[in-house]
Amino acid sequence: MAKKKITKKVYLQWYEDMLFWRKFEDKASALYIQQKIRGFLHLYNGQEAVLAGSVFAMEENDRMITAYRNHVQPIALGVDPKKIMAELMGKVTGTSKGNGGSMHMFSKEHNFFGGHGIVGGQIPLGAGLAFADKYNETGAVTLCYMGDGAVRQGAFHETMNLAMLWNLPVVFIVENNGYAMGTSVERTANHTDIYKLGLGYEMPCEAVDGMDPTEFYPVIQEAVDRARDGKGPTLLEARTYRYKGHSMSDAQHYRTKDEVAEFQKKDPIGIVQKIIKDKKYASDEDLKEIEQRVKDKVNDCVKFGDESEFPPADQLFTTVYAQEDYPYIKTQ
Amino acid sequence: MSRVIQFREAVAEAMSEEMRRDEKVYLMGEEVAEYNGAYKASKGMLDEFGPKRVIDTPISELGFAGIGVGSAMNGLRPIIEFMTFNFSLVAIDQIISNAAKMYQMSGGQFNVPIVFRGPTASAGQLGATHSQALESWYANTPGLKVVVPSNPYDAKGLLKSAIRDDDPVLVMESEQMYGDKGEVPEDEYLLELGKAHTVQEGNDVTIVSFGKIIKEAYKAAEELEKDDISCEIIDLRSVRPIDYETIVNSVKKTNRLVILEEAWPLGNISTEITAHVQQHAFDYLDAPIRRINAQDTPMAYSPVLVEAYLPNADHVIKAVKEVLYI
Ligand SMILES: Cc1ncc(C[n+]2csc(CCOP(=O)(O)OP(=O)(O)O)c2C)c(N)n1
Ligand SMILES: [Mg+2]
Repeated sequence: MAKKKITKKVYLQWYEDMLFWRKFEDKASALYIQQKIRGFLHLYNGQEAVLAGSVFAMEENDRMITAYRNHVQPIALGVDPKKIMAELMGKVTGTSKGNGGSMHMFSKEHNFFGGHGIVGGQIPLGAGLAFADKYNETGAVTLCYMGDGAVRQGAFHETMNLAMLWNLPVVFIVENNGYAMGTSVERTANHTDIYKLGLGYEMPCEAVDGMDPTEFYPVIQEAVDRARDGKGPTLLEARTYRYKGHSMSDAQHYRTKDEVAEFQKKDPIGIVQKIIKDKKYASDEDLKEIEQRVKDKVNDCVKFGDESEFPPADQLFTTVYAQEDYPYIKTQ
Repeated sequence: MSRVIQFREAVAEAMSEEMRRDEKVYLMGEEVAEYNGAYKASKGMLDEFGPKRVIDTPISELGFAGIGVGSAMNGLRPIIEFMTFNFSLVAIDQIISNAAKMYQMSGGQFNVPIVFRGPTASAGQLGATHSQALESWYANTPGLKVVVPSNPYDAKGLLKSAIRDDDPVLVMESEQMYGDKGEVPEDEYLLELGKAHTVQEGNDVTIVSFGKIIKEAYKAAEELEKDDISCEIIDLRSVRPIDYETIVNSVKKTNRLVILEEAWPLGNISTEITAHVQQHAFDYLDAPIRRINAQDTPMAYSPVLVEAYLPNADHVIKAVKEVLYI
């Protein structure tokens, strides 16, 4: 699949999608303050360009897996956002029936393989998805995401080697948002070029702007094509930024407000909006309409979540094993 | 003289006092230095001891746990913090295969004076991977010592002893206890590892527990008191070694035993105590021993499922009444 042209339709789609993801996260944050969402809550604000570019490069059967900053990825793949909101609220109508919560979204139907809370835990899984696709000769490619912090896990390095050794159809995308909790990338290694970690494995690797979907898309498309053509894995470092704190309780003493503001000037939604305006792809009226649509859709999600039921307590026992009528779990 | 401080302050005091006393002691872990600890349990320590001794790490648990063990084999006394013990699982090989075995394998040449500490078990709606009570996993391993404080006083005294101990000690805390307040003496004190504490004396039933979940036993005992049921409550403080003597002596007095532990039921601390007591105090028991554990499932996210998963005071009350046949 050669690089696709970024048409008017694509820009408008990107704009509406990214705006929706942003507003969805903002609403989740508000619901957290109202204690309708509990536990940890990691928001994607600022990193949307990576997802927008990725989804445009993906084919129907391709697979995605990521860490715990994972609410909007399944939405991008086609999961009904109402189900994501319901999951965040612990409702039985959620994607994991309320079992998983914020960090553990899954959708088998839409090839979204999670949603993983242990840093780096999803990296070998991503290679494993690709292993199965190679084995089954499906032609599908796996996109496996991780944070800058996750590349310091042993699991990352073992997986890089195995993916090369077995020439797996996988793209590893490091979403370098500058920090792992309060630890900046500079404080985790003797150099900050994360993409260079691919060099030791002779894996094709490069750094790419992760704030601008027009920059990110062609690079991820190339990597996806390489994987699909049987030429093996790629390591991409998407240089991006997270606008919000790590989770909900983070005083953010490790960075300045100026730094955040600096990145917000390069906002992915702003970039796409500017292109749309410059090229007169839409009028101000049209954009207002999109905003209103997004707002309504987010409100529908909350309404759905509010009106949904919590799971029955015995769900705790019925979802542990795939074996039907597994008889050995006894209530304590 | 004593004053009321938070659990997290007790932890920081214990580490700081030991670092002042012995320059070989250092603290290493994620966010322990510049962030003052993910749960602020090392607040002020970077300022006092500097970056040589209070060391932030990348998210490399296997690496820094192993570096801790190696440095302990070569003259240092590390305190390795896991942000939670749930994340120690990527480092467990260094704890089980290296720290716990080294002294024995080397014929007594290399002891490993290391402390691994951090929170264990559930802490609200964090889902399956962040809610695991792993005390019995580690306690199963000879060569390790495992302590589980339940209040600021115990946390400080046990941690100081753990740091001075010449063998690997795990100190397992809880995110949900760091804000708890309690009386802690100004003057230095140590608590012996491996000794249980009888928190409350009573005649009708013995309740054994440890760690954060013991608070459910306190609540239950208060309720039961209203019905004139007098509970003896034993806080194990240490789950390896286990102070069997204190438990058996109590059972000989009350003739009834309820054990409360936030862990999965198959092969845990409460099964171990049950086996021991039936062997050593069988003739003193007036009712089968009852144990209360989490459900035999992963913990889930939804509040309803958390409630269904965790043991609570009502379960304790019910079990006590059962062993009393009322
Ligand atoms: C093995 C493990 N260690 C520690 C943690 C706690 N933790 C959760 S997220 C995080 C920071 C990860 O940062 P990064 O990989 O850069 O991802 P980001 O949050 O920036 O998306 C840490 C330390 C964990 N979940 N798993
Ligand atoms: Mg990061």
